Amino acid sequence: MTPTEYDYLRVFLKQRSGLVLSNEKQYLIESRLMPVARKFGLASISNLVDKLKLEQNGSLADAIIEAMTTNESFFFRDKVPFDHFTQTMLPHMLTARQRDRRIRIWSAAASTGQEPYTLAMCLKDMDAKLGGWRVEMIGTDLSTEVLEKAKAGIYSQFEVQRGLPINYLLKHFTQMGDMWQISPELRSMIQYRKLNLLESFSSLGQFDIVFCRNVLIYFDNEAKIDILNRIRKTMPEDGFLVLGAAETVVGLTDAFKPVADKRGLYQAASASTSAAAPATAAFGTRFQFASGR
Amino acid sequence: MKHCLVVDDSSVIRKVARRILEDLSFQITEAEDGQAALEICRKQMPEAILLDWNMPIMDGIEFISQLRKEPQGKTPKVVFCTTENHVAHIAKALRAGADEYIMKPFDREIVEAKFAEVGLI
Repeated sequence: MTPTEYDYLRVFLKQRSGLVLSNEKQYLIESRLMPVARKFGLASISNLVDKLKLEQNGSLADAIIEAMTTNESFFFRDKVPFDHFTQTMLPHMLTARQRDRRIRIWSAAASTGQEPYTLAMCLKDMDAKLGGWRVEMIGTDLSTEVLEKAKAGIYSQFEVQRGLPINYLLKHFTQMGDMWQISPELRSMIQYRKLNLLESFSSLGQFDIVFCRNVLIYFDNEAKIDILNRIRKTMPEDGFLVLGAAETVVGLTDAFKPVADKRGLYQAASASTSAAAPATAAFGTRFQFASGR
Repeated sequence: MKHCLVVDDSSVIRKVARRILEDLSFQITEAEDGQAALEICRKQMPEAILLDWNMPIMDGIEFISQLRKEPQGKTPKVVFCTTENHVAHIAKALRAGADEYIMKPFDREIVEAKFAEVGLI
């Protein structure tokens, strides 16, 4: 791959997905895009770039974006955010939303579904407290391929052993040979949508809790600020945002403030700094937690 | 430094497990079967046990059943590590007193995640 070809791919990926690649990421391009080149019958990255120049909106372009933006995910990743979810965010919402008894949650980089399904498992653990509540969960990702996997909820033996306690495997999964499928009940709790965070997501409606972990690190500061401010607009004044361990809002925006002693957890700042969006959701199959389910 | 007993009739598996667990700062003792492991536990109860299922003389299920009846036998965290990957086997191991379960093949990430899950790391 020549420097010119590398620059072409960098600009293409930045424009189409927001992905920012520094100068020393040639190895990443080669390791991730050679399988794509082979799939399309191309002998090299150079051939791939030539073809991309001719077809900027075709299946090759989609495959390149997916290969470069798909990241590994596993159940209960980092654990702490899910402790914040069950010990801080949900207790807050159970009090604050007592009148409407409705909570909306967005997993903004759902990838292959491990994060939203982990949240679903946490919610199932709190079934008794959520009886009569309507909890809506939406998982979005840029990649169609990973969302298909998320919807199917089928994972390898290796994937279900990374972070998932064995009791949860027995409780929520069915064995299918060497694969494991998450229960229909948990699958029905999440709606998946393809979404590029660089584009408008106002049609998703308002969210009380947003998980947006390990995705902002791939954007430049301008895009980070834009995304964070637009997430804030999807939230009421007490909405929560969860970022990855290597991410922060500090120095980028005043739309969120860190929650004291809760690493990675942020709460929406007052409305004076950011206007709230209309409360109506444009879509969303609702599921209901009811006693005895 | 926590003490982990690695119980497996395969010397290769014991070697791989030792390498991973020593890297995670465990002090390792090895046993080739359940009977030998039980004798080690009676002399000095470890904090952790990585346990195979199918072994000669005494298998993993018999070992854990005996272990849990010993004085202080409920103390060690027992993580099964076996090729028995059917859901019925997992359920049986948990009923017998296992704390976690690894389906072979395994790697460092899985061992680390499972040991962290039961509070050993």
